[in-house]
Amino acid sequence: MYSVNYHRAASVADAAKLAKGDAKLVSGGMTLIPAMKTRLAAPSDLVDISRIDALKGIKVSGKTVTIGAATTHYEVATSDKLAKACPALSHLASMIGDPAVRHRGTIGGSIANNDPAADYPAAMLALGATIVTNKRQIAAEKFFKGLFETALKDGEIVTAVTFTAPAKAAYEKFRNPASRYAIVGVFVAKGADGVRVAVTGAGDDGVFRSRELETALAKQFDAAALTSAKVPARALMTDMHASADYRAHLIVVMARRAVAAANA
Amino acid sequence: MGIEGVGARVSRKEDKRFITGAGRYVDDMVVPGMKHAMFVRSPHAHAQIKKIDVKAAQAMPGVIGVLTGKELKADGIGNLICGWMIHSKDGSPMKMGAWSPLAVDKVRYVGDAVVVVVADTKAQARDAAEAVEITYKELKAVTDASKAMDKGAPQIHPEAENNLIFDWDLGNADETAAAFKKAAHVVKMDVINNRLVPNAMEPRAALGHYDKAEDHYTCWTTSQNPHVARLVMSAFYNVAPENKLRVIAPDVGGGFGSKIYIYPEEIVCLWASKKTGVPVKWVADRTESFLTDAHGRDHHTHAEMAFDKDHKILGFKVETKANLGAYMSLFSSATPTYLYATLLSGQYDIPAIHANVKAIYTNTAPVDAYRGAGRPEAAYLIERMMEVSARQFGVSPAELRRKNFIKSFPHQTPVIMCYDAGDFATSLDTAMKGADYAGFEKRREKAKKAGKLRGMGFSCYIEACGIAPSAAVGSLGAGVGLWESAEVRVNAVGTIEVLTGSHSHGQGHETTFAQLVAQRLSVPLDSISIVHGDTDKVQMGMGTYGSRSGAVGMSAIVKALDKVEAKAKKIAAHLMEADEADIVIENGALKVAGTDKNVPWFQMALAAYTAHNLPGGMEPGLKETAFYDPANFTFPAGCYICEVEIDPDTGQTDIVQFVAADDFGNIINPMIVEGQVHGGVTQGIGQAILEGANYDASGQLLTASYMDYTMPRAGDVPSYKLSTSNTPSPSNPLGIKGCGEAGAIGAPPAVINAITDAIGTENLTMPATPQKVWAAIRSAKH
Amino acid sequence: MSEVSLTVNGRRVSASVEDRTLLVHFLREHVGLTGTHVGCDTSQCGACVVHVDGKAVKSCSMLAAQASGSDVMTIEGLANGGDLHPVQAAFKEHHGLQCGFCTPGMIMTTVDMIARHPEGLDEATVRAELEGNICRCTGYHNIVKAVLAASKTMSKASKGKAKKAA
Ligand SMILES: Cc1cc2nc3c(=O)[nH]c(=O)nc-3n(C[C@H](O)[C@H](O)[C@H](O)COP(=O)(O)OP(=O)(O)OC[C@H]3O[C@@H](n4cnc5c(N)ncnc54)[C@H](O)[C@@H]3O)c2cc1C
Ligand code: FES
Ligand code: FES
Repeated sequence: MYSVNYHRAASVADAAKLAKGDAKLVSGGMTLIPAMKTRLAAPSDLVDISRIDALKGIKVSGKTVTIGAATTHYEVATSDKLAKACPALSHLASMIGDPAVRHRGTIGGSIANNDPAADYPAAMLALGATIVTNKRQIAAEKFFKGLFETALKDGEIVTAVTFTAPAKAAYEKFRNPASRYAIVGVFVAKGADGVRVAVTGAGDDGVFRSRELETALAKQFDAAALTSAKVPARALMTDMHASADYRAHLIVVMARRAVAAANA
Repeated sequence: MGIEGVGARVSRKEDKRFITGAGRYVDDMVVPGMKHAMFVRSPHAHAQIKKIDVKAAQAMPGVIGVLTGKELKADGIGNLICGWMIHSKDGSPMKMGAWSPLAVDKVRYVGDAVVVVVADTKAQARDAAEAVEITYKELKAVTDASKAMDKGAPQIHPEAENNLIFDWDLGNADETAAAFKKAAHVVKMDVINNRLVPNAMEPRAALGHYDKAEDHYTCWTTSQNPHVARLVMSAFYNVAPENKLRVIAPDVGGGFGSKIYIYPEEIVCLWASKKTGVPVKWVADRTESFLTDAHGRDHHTHAEMAFDKDHKILGFKVETKANLGAYMSLFSSATPTYLYATLLSGQYDIPAIHANVKAIYTNTAPVDAYRGAGRPEAAYLIERMMEVSARQFGVSPAELRRKNFIKSFPHQTPVIMCYDAGDFATSLDTAMKGADYAGFEKRREKAKKAGKLRGMGFSCYIEACGIAPSAAVGSLGAGVGLWESAEVRVNAVGTIEVLTGSHSHGQGHETTFAQLVAQRLSVPLDSISIVHGDTDKVQMGMGTYGSRSGAVGMSAIVKALDKVEAKAKKIAAHLMEADEADIVIENGALKVAGTDKNVPWFQMALAAYTAHNLPGGMEPGLKETAFYDPANFTFPAGCYICEVEIDPDTGQTDIVQFVAADDFGNIINPMIVEGQVHGGVTQGIGQAILEGANYDASGQLLTASYMDYTMPRAGDVPSYKLSTSNTPSPSNPLGIKGCGEAGAIGAPPAVINAITDAIGTENLTMPATPQKVWAAIRSAKH
Repeated sequence: MSEVSLTVNGRRVSASVEDRTLLVHFLREHVGLTGTHVGCDTSQCGACVVHVDGKAVKSCSMLAAQASGSDVMTIEGLANGGDLHPVQAAFKEHHGLQCGFCTPGMIMTTVDMIARHPEGLDEATVRAELEGNICRCTGYHNIVKAVLAASKTMSKASKGKAKKAA
């Protein structure tokens, strides 16, 4: 790790003041610290937002779910409120990394990082979530922009995510055997405005919605509707662990399983 | 004996310090004034070093020294060597290229050490290492052994034309050719044994300390054999004469072969300590370990087996290309030759065998022995061959094996080894029963209904352990003898220290060796201490690898105990005025058999040291040393059955049961033996479905961290069903065969045989990842 | 430089360290507690697991400065005087360790796992929960056994206490 100056922010405003130039926010640090250790990231300053109370916690009022950016994966996985409002999201959180990673890593950090193999971006997209920052509100659709890219401006801080609880939803993940991130992760959600299917781990430009699968499921929200579904391999990643063809195939398999789980 | 002696499930004496965080590993060592080293390593697989500029680095904060290979050479430090001479079939000696601890004019693999930086902190050393400027001229690289001998392939060492190190033969080519002429069936296959990274959880580390006043060096190092390290560093690398060099291997966090070898880093730390005047510590990052620990396996083999019309094996023909990487590591030449081809008879009566092995340089990390070393490669080949043959003949894989088993012992194979004992059919029966072989078809049907593919695979492995008879290995080219030493010291109060040349890095010697002593001398386990891993404390020894610590290391202890017991009985007889032949050792005392006359053990020990009343002419004290040189190898063998269930939609393999029936000879502590099998089998499953070192064509290691190299995790493996049925080894006084490597040797073919059974195609290489299994299923369908 | 001040195994420790100092290095080099190990660069092996404010975390992936003000427990703080913690005892009894290098992290992970599953554990859950801890020696068989045994002992003990209290 290169030299760095550490600051602990007392409030969002404080953090915004400190997060200037080559400074970076650190939330759970489960992505940033490892990247700094291998010298892939070299911020001049770290602004720790993990102890800001205003960024923490899960609220459910009616059908509206709001999760603070500094809420840990562990808290999302074990929340009683979410278990009722959107168990699929808790289930997703319970599959991120391992227990120690879940104790530190946060939803805000995950979506701000937008790793193409991360789990949360698929949920945000499929749930039609809104990303709330200290400056504005951004629809998930507009927030995730390719590999490790988001709509966030320099110094902009995610404060929460919010979404309407879906009628039905589920997440299925096929793990990379080594890293345990998603080779393919599919989040399906059936809500007031129809069916959304978001895919992570597979796209060569990051998380995306599968129109093929959405169309098939719009007619009939049933695994059987996907029996002959096909996803083109064109825009999918190929790496040592999975070819684009394999990923294309897995997307359909995971989608089928997710729909079955959502209906169960 | 009872609860603490041989055969008892004694929980381990060494555990206390490990479970409380009090273990002492090299990285835990602190020496006053200690500084930290960071190596600057080649980012290229093959390149000429044009220029090294260290000025900027030297000026960085905290930097004490920035040292290069030129300076190292100028100080007379020698090249690394391979200690086992192999001769090609034309009689010429192997072609060993030069390996300087710090590269001087050429780098040959990604990770090759070029410069070392010593600084106050590790972070500063790393900062400065980045400031070292090295100008390279990149050369074409080759990583695949099957291409390294092609025309136009880059030449890696001037000494080895076409990158061929040796072209070696074993067995009889003419007899084998004749056997194939008579054959009713010939089964052919091409097999790749995948390259693995050992991945002991403790990364390699070294701490070199030069004491100027004493002109003496101390090296703490993560070694499986500190004495060999000292010998080699002194005799070949000119670090220091043996009496001026102390090597300490304290607690070592796993080895699996990778910590046998002497690497550049410990040599450089010692030399750099003298050069800079400060103690120098280096601890590998995990990625450094991936790049520079000696890798394992990496064979490409074509094999053919000849059968008569009744499916009896007539002959076996094997051609192997072994990738040794960019340099010849310490025992790299022995692994694909005498540890491999000598086991090609497997458990079978094969009249004629011929093997040819070509060892080849490539621009990859050096390859050497990794858990099993050569024997997993042999077992995989034979056991895949047996299974595939059975499928081709439409007969039961178990019965094809049974028909060809060696049934009487001793059995001389056509490839040097003479098996001394075994009962292969019993292991097979035990495993089949344990796996409920009879119920398998029902389980397969049930799985099918659930949309899953179920398969079962066998592996009847044999290996050679307890390495090794010194004269025999000497005649085959070994640069060392493979005996072991022991010293048993009985203190004046009767407590005992056993100094052993074996080294424990997980094997539990502090417990098992003590059990042996407790049994023989009838003293409590707690009064026995095992001392190992320090060349200043322990007499010369050969270390731990090749499942040799029981069969060879403990046999040395037995010999020393024989001497201690004889002397103790003489003293006791003298004290009780009895006949020495009547003395028995029981319940902590030396007794006159059949009477109640006795001398407590501690009193006898005290008498030995007070020396007031010893038999005439007897020297005072009670301390004996022995060296044990084994008469033969030992031959652990067994049968493993693996059952898998595959999700055809994803290609995911679930190991639903794994049954091991082993023959390890006599067992000192079944709990520890089981632990060895669990670990070995898991590494074997890892090789079969998870692990594989993967270089791209330019020589970059793509699997250089746990993000890309799949380590077996708890969720990847099941709980195992183990049993043993043991035939004692006639080759050592304890009848021990060894158990450290069996799992890693026997498991891979069982797993792959099960998967190929499930998916109905043989077209599959290790590691059989979900993607590969899925693709194999698809290609079989189309 | 950061002034780091925290409680380690019940003892207050303060030191002025470079901001980039990882918690694991702080513990090993500044506090002298070398039971917490480093086995990887990618936060995956779990050799470094300690408890921060009662939760298992990877001390290689956290700055000492981030932990300032927190309560840290390491493997050295687990035993109660001469009495081993039930998880330590179970690892010994069931031969859940060989070389011992992964062991401190395994034990700290297990203590946390059992605390989060007061209802008890089964083999599949234990194996899934050990996702972030790699052991190269034991093949996990005996680790799983040890975790299950410790979980049983501890739930019995806590039920016993509950009974007494009632
Ligand atoms: C071993 C391991 C396994 C993992 N496995 C998975 C997995 O299976 N699936 C998965 O999805 N993830 C996985 N992760 C990543 C993990 O989920 C991280 O926690 C997450 O990606 C980042 O969250 P964080 O809070 O740790 O962010 P940090 O590491 O603190 O920050 C990440 C990035 O986001 C920025 N940032 C953080 N918070 C904010 C904010 N509020 N506003 C704006 N920018 C912000 C930071 O500046 C930084 O650039 C794994 C991590 C590890 C170490
Ligand atoms: S050292 Fe922390 S996870 Fe490996
Ligand atoms: S006991 Fe050696 S790594 Fe687990």
